[in-house]
Amino acid sequence: MIHDLRATNLTLGYAETDIVRDLDVVIPDGRITVIVGANACGKSTLLRGLARLLRPRGGDVLLDGTSVQDLRSIDVAKVLGLLPQSPVAPDGITVADLVGRGRYPHQSWFRQWSAEDERAVAEALEATGTADLAHRSIAELSGGQRQRVWVAMALAQDTDLLLLDEPTTFLDINHQVELLDLLTDLNRESGKTIVIVLHDLNLACRYADHIIAMKQGAILAEGSPVDVIDAAVVTEVFGLECEVVPDPVSGTPMIVPRGRHHAARRRVTAAS
Amino acid sequence: MIDVVVADRRTRRTRAGAVTGALALVAFALFILTMMVGSYYVPAWDVITSVFHLRNDPSADFIVRDLRLPMATAGLAVGFALGVSGLLFQKLLGNPLASPDFVGISSGASMFAVSAIILFGAGSTMISASALAGALISAILIYLLAWRDGISGYRFILIGIGLSEFMLSIIGYIVAHAELYEARQAMTWLVGTIGQAGSTELRTLLVALVVLVPAALVLQRPLRVLELGDDTATALGARVELSRLALIAVSIVLIGFATAVAGPIMFVALIAGPIAHRIVGHSGGGIVAAGLVGSIIVLGADLVAHHLVPVALPTGVITGIIGAPYLIWLLATVNREGRGG
Repeated sequence: MIHDLRATNLTLGYAETDIVRDLDVVIPDGRITVIVGANACGKSTLLRGLARLLRPRGGDVLLDGTSVQDLRSIDVAKVLGLLPQSPVAPDGITVADLVGRGRYPHQSWFRQWSAEDERAVAEALEATGTADLAHRSIAELSGGQRQRVWVAMALAQDTDLLLLDEPTTFLDINHQVELLDLLTDLNRESGKTIVIVLHDLNLACRYADHIIAMKQGAILAEGSPVDVIDAAVVTEVFGLECEVVPDPVSGTPMIVPRGRHHAARRRVTAAS
Repeated sequence: MIDVVVADRRTRRTRAGAVTGALALVAFALFILTMMVGSYYVPAWDVITSVFHLRNDPSADFIVRDLRLPMATAGLAVGFALGVSGLLFQKLLGNPLASPDFVGISSGASMFAVSAIILFGAGSTMISASALAGALISAILIYLLAWRDGISGYRFILIGIGLSEFMLSIIGYIVAHAELYEARQAMTWLVGTIGQAGSTELRTLLVALVVLVPAALVLQRPLRVLELGDDTATALGARVELSRLALIAVSIVLIGFATAVAGPIMFVALIAGPIAHRIVGHSGGGIVAAGLVGSIIVLGADLVAHHLVPVALPTGVITGIIGAPYLIWLLATVNREGRGG
């Protein structure tokens, strides 16, 4: 399935401030794109704009050539899914019920629940390894399990494009890796186009086919992490002095922050 | 795997269906019981045959159809409207405290009704019309004040509570400066009791229920995704603001009509939803169940108020006695879980 999601001259903001200004971006089809940047650089705002949660102040978000503002909300929702940063689970809701609500865009008042819905929910539960939690209440789950359930809900929506806003926040490192592995599986097995906003630069470099580094509402660098991420870019984006070495596992760029205190070379100079 | 999903759905559905059926039976039993007891006892079967016009018995028909049926119907209808109205608000704003009688809708109705009684010496139809207008105007005011790129639950609740306090103080001022007779009349209205309004208001409430309960059932579908937060609901393709506006409108018109009929019977809208939710489980949304629980509370409270206490009391006194401890419990537990705000 080939889809084209892009923004042209996109300006987004809240209240009086523009957060993203005149931005052009093309999301590569069938790949994993990761958006990184310092706090308040506009990465989540861009994601929300792409998912039409924010109305553009200028420019356009185009899905397959048509502005998302001109498409029916429900039609966009069949192609483009989004897992927001802090979704709300109603009191006492069970996993199966929550995941089932991801089927909303495929249902109508006349066609409330079909075998197709059952299949999609079952597949989503299976893919995320949450099948044996199906009857449990969300409130009883651990943070890692809960996040997998939310991903399952987004999967049940059965869209070709899936956008995730900082899905690994509040997760332990093992659950972060587990979740990103799961998203990679989904990308490789079903060709889903995935866009993730991530905080962790090292994980971003490892899991991204295409990385977008943002600063102050603009794109500073984009491309394959190996080509794009070096010490100069990281310093520019995060204001952080660092070394970039090859990740011993994946060979992708790995950022080693310098900091002020623990540099080995400095101790040597002090001794001499 | 698919069996698990199918089975889960079936279990939830069956339970919701069974519980709602049981609630309907209880509500019906209380409805009949309300018409049996009083200064003259009428056996259950005679009540049923009279209400459904199965047999003509002039003396029973007079007591049942003319004297007791309007009260019992008012209890059933007012309770149902309050229950549905409360549930919609709580689900929409994602907070068990967000019932329309707490966020200023009932206070708005009360302020207008009390003004009508005291300042204009209004009769019952005029009082009911004022109450309805008050509910609508205060709701619109809260909605506009809380609007900032959309409506957030907390802002709506806080502004509603603030406006509610403001209107209660105006009520206090008006009552304090009233003549004794009118002040008494206003206070009686303010406690709330079924059957204080005439048959016209009751008929209007019944029409409102017939129109709005199906509307609420249609809106239950978007409500199920609105509950997941605005971002998720938008991402799932729901028309968030439109659905929310429609749901708020349904809820406010229901509580407005209920208040117009019976005055602000406190706590019913607050407790009916959570009780229904607890016994039905998290299934379809439980709109009908919440309405039935509301009917059961109001009819039950009215039976207690009229027959189990030495002096007949307004219905609102009994619901207050049940509701106040619940509210304290709610505040204590909600805050412990960090959701109270």
